[in-house]
Parts: sequence; C-alpha cells; structure tokens
Amino acid sequence: MTSWLEGLARLRKYPSAVAGLLLIALLIATAIYAVTAIPYSEAQKLWRGGDAWQDLPVNAGPAWIDRLHGGEAARTVRASSDDATIREDAFEGVRVQETVLELDFEYGGFPSEVNLFLNSDFESRQPFVRLTWRTPDGEELFLGARRVGATERVSISQDQRLEGRLGYPPQVGLFTDTPPGTSEPAVRQGTYELVIETVQFEEQASLEADLVIYGQVHGLFGTDHQRRDLTVALLWGTPVALAFGLLAAVGTTVTTLIIAAAGVWYGGWVDATIQRLTEVNIILPLLPILVMIGTLYSTSIWLMLGVVVVLGIFSAGIKMYRAMLLPVRQSPYIEAARAYGASNARIILRYMVPRILPVLIPTFVTLIPTYVFLEASLAVLGLGDPVLPTWGKVLHDAQAQSALYHGFYYWVIGPAAMLMVTGLGFAMLGFALDRIFNPRLRSA
Amino acid sequence: MTSAAQTSPAPASGQSSLLDVHRLRTHFELRQWGFLRAGTVHAVDDVSFQLNAGEAVAIVGESGCGKSSLARTLLGLYRPTSGTVRFAGESLSDLRGGALKAYRARVGYVQQDPYGALPPFLDIRRILAEPLIVHGIRNRQEQERRIDAALEEVGLTPATDTRGKFPHQLSGGQQQRVVIARALLLRPSMLIADEPVSMLDASVRVEILNLLHRVQQDHRLALIYITHDLSTVRHYVDRAMVMYGGKIVEQAPVEELLRHPLHPYTEALLGALGDPDPQNAGRFRAVPGGEPPSLVTPPAGCRFHPRCPIAQKGLCDSREPSTRTPRPNHPVDCWMRE
Repeated sequence: MTSWLEGLARLRKYPSAVAGLLLIALLIATAIYAVTAIPYSEAQKLWRGGDAWQDLPVNAGPAWIDRLHGGEAARTVRASSDDATIREDAFEGVRVQETVLELDFEYGGFPSEVNLFLNSDFESRQPFVRLTWRTPDGEELFLGARRVGATERVSISQDQRLEGRLGYPPQVGLFTDTPPGTSEPAVRQGTYELVIETVQFEEQASLEADLVIYGQVHGLFGTDHQRRDLTVALLWGTPVALAFGLLAAVGTTVTTLIIAAAGVWYGGWVDATIQRLTEVNIILPLLPILVMIGTLYSTSIWLMLGVVVVLGIFSAGIKMYRAMLLPVRQSPYIEAARAYGASNARIILRYMVPRILPVLIPTFVTLIPTYVFLEASLAVLGLGDPVLPTWGKVLHDAQAQSALYHGFYYWVIGPAAMLMVTGLGFAMLGFALDRIFNPRLRSA
Repeated sequence: MTSAAQTSPAPASGQSSLLDVHRLRTHFELRQWGFLRAGTVHAVDDVSFQLNAGEAVAIVGESGCGKSSLARTLLGLYRPTSGTVRFAGESLSDLRGGALKAYRARVGYVQQDPYGALPPFLDIRRILAEPLIVHGIRNRQEQERRIDAALEEVGLTPATDTRGKFPHQLSGGQQQRVVIARALLLRPSMLIADEPVSMLDASVRVEILNLLHRVQQDHRLALIYITHDLSTVRHYVDRAMVMYGGKIVEQAPVEELLRHPLHPYTEALLGALGDPDPQNAGRFRAVPGGEPPSLVTPPAGCRFHPRCPIAQKGLCDSREPSTRTPRPNHPVDCWMRE
C-alpha cells in the first residue's frame, strides 16, 4: 500500500517520532556493538565467572560520575612481576629473588581493597616469600612471610594483624602518613613499592606476582557485589531485551491476527470456538503462570518467550482484530476474489490480513516494550534466564543486595535507565505512528 | 478489437443454451439467538430462464427484489435452496474442487462499487495478476502479456501507465475498467455485471456500458446485466427480464418489452423513466405508490397486488398468477393479461 510509504515519510513531521527513532537506533547500535565487541561466549565468561573479574573492585561506582566531582576517587592500579626488576642471588642450593613491584598512586581517595596474586611453578617444594611495603618516603613496613602454593591470593586489606599495627584498615593505612586517632587520614601520593623476596628451592621454579590496588570507581556503570562489570550486563541486556520484545511482539501479533482473520472468514463454530477460547484466556493471569513455570520447570528466556507467545495468541487483540476484520470480510473485493476462485487461505492471508496491517503497526511498536518489561519483571522476581546477563537480573541482584540502602544508586539507575529508554523510544514512535495510521486520531 | 477473436471461447451451438436456470430458489434463514428460526428471506423464489452463448440479457428490478442474490447464486457464492443451475450442461451444485474453480474461470463478475471491488493495498498489476496466479499462471511474462492485453482492451492505454498505480489513484470510470479487465482476464464465456454503472458519474456511464457491449460482442460473451434502470437497457442487451419480489414476472426481447410492456410493474418502471419531451414538463404521471414487498412475508397471491392499479379482489390477492404468453416470445405472470 502506498499509504505505508507515505505514512513513514510523514514520520519526519513528528518530533517525538524522530526522537523515538533516534532512541531505538541508539539501542540497536548498542545491541550490535555488544554482540560484536563482546562475543556471546566472552560475555558469559565475563558475567558468570571466575578469574575474569578478580581484577575489578567490589561495588565500585561509575568512573564518569566521580569525574564530574573532580576525579578524586582511586582507580584500580595494577603492578605485575612481568614488568618488574628482579634481582637474583644463589647460595647453598637455594635461589633468592628480590622482585620490586612499583606503582604510582596519584589519587585523592583511598583504594577499596589491596590484593596480591601469586602464581608459582614448582615440582614439590613450595617457595617462601617475604613481603615488604615501601612508601614514597622510603619507610619500610613488613607485611608478613609465608609459603606459597600454586596459586595464592594474599588479601592484604583483610589482614587483621596489619590493621592492628597500622591503626587503620590496611587499604587506608598503607597509603597515609597521618598518625591514627588524630584527624581524617590524608592520602600520601607518590610511588609505592612492594618488595617480594622469594626463596626458591628448585632450579626451575618460578613465581609470578600481581599486585592489585582496587579503586573506588570503575567503568561506565560500576561493578556489583561479585566484582562483575555492570557495563557487560547493560550492554548485553540490550540485544536480549530487544530480541525478546521483538520476537514476542511478532509472535503474538502475527498468530493472533491470522487466527482472528480465520475466525472472521469461516464464521460459525470456528469463530465461536476462537471467541470462547479468547474469553477464557483473557482472564488467565499471565505473570503468575510464568512464575509457576519458572519455579517448577525452567527459567530459560526462550521457554518464557514460547509461553508468552502461546498465551498471547488468544489475547484481547483477537477481539480488536475481529472488529476490524468483520467489515473487511464484507468488502466487494473479497467477493470478487471468491468469484475468481481464490482459496480460503489466500483470502485470509493475502486479502484480509494486509487490509488492517497499517492500523496494527502502532500497536505492534508499542507492544515491544511491554514484553521487554515483562521479561525484566520476571528477572526481578528471580526468574531471569540463568545464563544471559539481562537488565532485570541486574535489578534483581541490586535489590537482593539492598543496593539503595547501601547507597549503590548506580546499580539500580543503570538498568532502570536502559528500560526507560527502551519504553520511551518505542512509545514515542508508536504514538506518532498511531496518529499517522489511525485516521480517527488525525486532527484536521 | 483485433485481439478479441483469439481470446473468444469456442462458440456454443445455438440450440442448447449455455446457462439453464430451472426453478431456482435461494432462501436465507433468519435466526434469533443463533438457533431459533425467526423467518425465511425468499430472495430468489422459483426463477427459471435460459441464456444462450453470446446472448446479452438484462435483469431489471428495484432494490431488494433479489437481483443481486440471483447473481451471487449463479456465481456459486450462495448455495441455492432448491432448483438447478446448469452451465454448459453441468449442474453447478455438483461441481467440486477443480471443476468449481474451472467454472469460476469461465464466469466473470463485475460489481457495483468499483473502488470496493479492488483491494486498496495492491497495485493494478498485482490485482490483475491475482486471478492468473489463482488459476496457475505463474509465468511472469505470460502474466504481463495478458495483463497488458486486458488493460488495453478496456481502453486503459498505454497499459504501462496504469499498471503501477493503486486503485485510489484512478477515477471511478478507470476503476470500473480495471474491474472489467479482471473479469475478462481468465477468458470467460459468461459475464455477470451487477449494476456496473450505478455508482459511476453519469458522464462515464455510457462509456462503460459501451465498453461492456463491445467486449460482449467481441468475445461472444453471454452477459447478464443487472440493473434497476430500464433506460440503460435498450442498446446493450437482446432480452430483458423484470424481477419483482424474488420472481421473474415478465421477459421479452428488449424492444418488445419496451414497446409493449404487459406486467403492470413493468409499465410502472417505464413510467418512472425521464421523459425528454419538453411538452410533458410538469405533467403528473401516475406511478404506483407503496413499498417493495417484504421478502420475509411476501404478499399472498400476486406479489405486486398491493401496489397494482389493476388488481382484482379475490383473484390477485389470493392466487399466484401462472405464466401465460399473450404475445409471442413474451411470457408474463399476471392474471389480467390473456
């Protein structure tokens, strides 16, 4: 129909439609970026686990918000033995290595945590390390000595004895020269050193050390309680949300439309059955059914999508489409089609359905975000997909960890903003399309 | 049209008729609450007539007399309640599947509302391709060839100008030409035109009627021209039938009917025609009043008797008139004509 193209061309005259289209384009661009920049397997690894996020701080806020305040807060700083100078002596069958990890600490705020990761390679005899902290002024502080396993995490900031000696939590005490109990501790900026003296008992044995001084802020959207970068979830949540919303909207609209058209065309008991099924289905509560299935069976997002579509087929839309199709059924062109021998399927799919498609486009567009919200609601209720990172799951975690009580507002605002942008974009476009395709709303 | 000869179907012999309608009844049940019988609409009630190949016949009657129901029954869109429709010797109610589809290809249909008869969301090329696709002609070049030929035949030249347009971009007359082109595409042997000009501007009515007449002549089509307007009948058909209250009350060759109307209803229809003679301006003519008969509870006896100026009490209001032939080739259902 030409009015299709004309209608789309008319969109330019509606500022809300242009804004909506921009928001949708932004979301689509984000989705494409997420899928290409972070491949699915990578995203799963970043979100699900293990070593991938040991370098990220816990519950760090977004870095750009700190920058608005002047950029005082500490960022994460790392120092690795790969870049460090190593002196080695050998005597009496043992080798003694001295590794000096240097790092510049130039921030106004204290770090959130200090960890040392040690990976050693040995046959049977564990190496022995002795750790010394050297401040910019040259003061030395003994941090302890220990045997080292194959992989070891030394949580310096968790050291109770060190905290007792310093009078501050270690991540504060190590970076200040303010004596405890006098005033607020101030950061001493400069180059710090961690001296690792290693005693190796084997010829081939080696040791890798990584010192991580965790910052207070991280990335665009901060991190959560499991050190996961929220940026990954918010980026990857976009294609998941768009795909779910779009597939659910397409699935329900197309099937509903065809069934409504078939009911109108065949009439009689076919129509009556469809109408009664619809009336029963309308009063079935969708969300509790989804909760039940999620609890008893599986919370896979694809299963949820299937259930949403199946329960959406005999939805209230059938009543609306039926009302629109009843006059179409009486059209002379349908009678003409019967007279030249068109089949029932052809009449339904090619002559009846296309007639009301333009009017359906706005409904379809505004339907997409409702399914996005439905998926988020399920996730907030703890029925999110077990594998995929989604906006709703971030909100669920935030709620479970009392994010707002603890002041981690970014944890809630990030996904909520994404959801709102999605809703806003599709709603603004949908309302404009409604004005274009629905003649009754078009004012003179 | 030179292309006419090649597209015309094999001419039927003059002896056996192409269409034979025998005691056809199409009734509709009225129901209350979906199942209680509340009455029956006698839309087509005991109609019989024959139509030869290449013959044009008009069915004339006022709104609600059952003309369109008759057309739809002949097209196989309504199932007849009783009676038979034989087309080229085959009974329409026996046709199933492929045979019914073949019948639909042999009968073209031109409707009253040209804009409504064309799907508004398809362009003309696609609209005309649809019947071809339905009947298995999927070769694109073959489609193009036949579409262009049909468009040119109905006077939409050059065809390339029209093909890409949508129905709303055409005038009413052009739309009706497209409808006629569509009816001709499958090379039918019979055309049913249900009030083809009543929704058109007066200025294009004659053009469309001339076009219908020309294609009817060129293709030797049997034509059933349904109208409420006797004035459009004279030059275009061979025979006219007058329908009243679901029945055919009079039929005759068209000149005979116009000159010697026998049924009082036919006389009334003729009397309602405009009179171009200025001498008669302002002269009052006796036209029977009253309303068209109810098809649910038709009047007893002759259905025209409540409005008839010559009805006889005790006869016309109690007994249905039988068919008689007071003039040769001119049967009429009226007690008062012998």
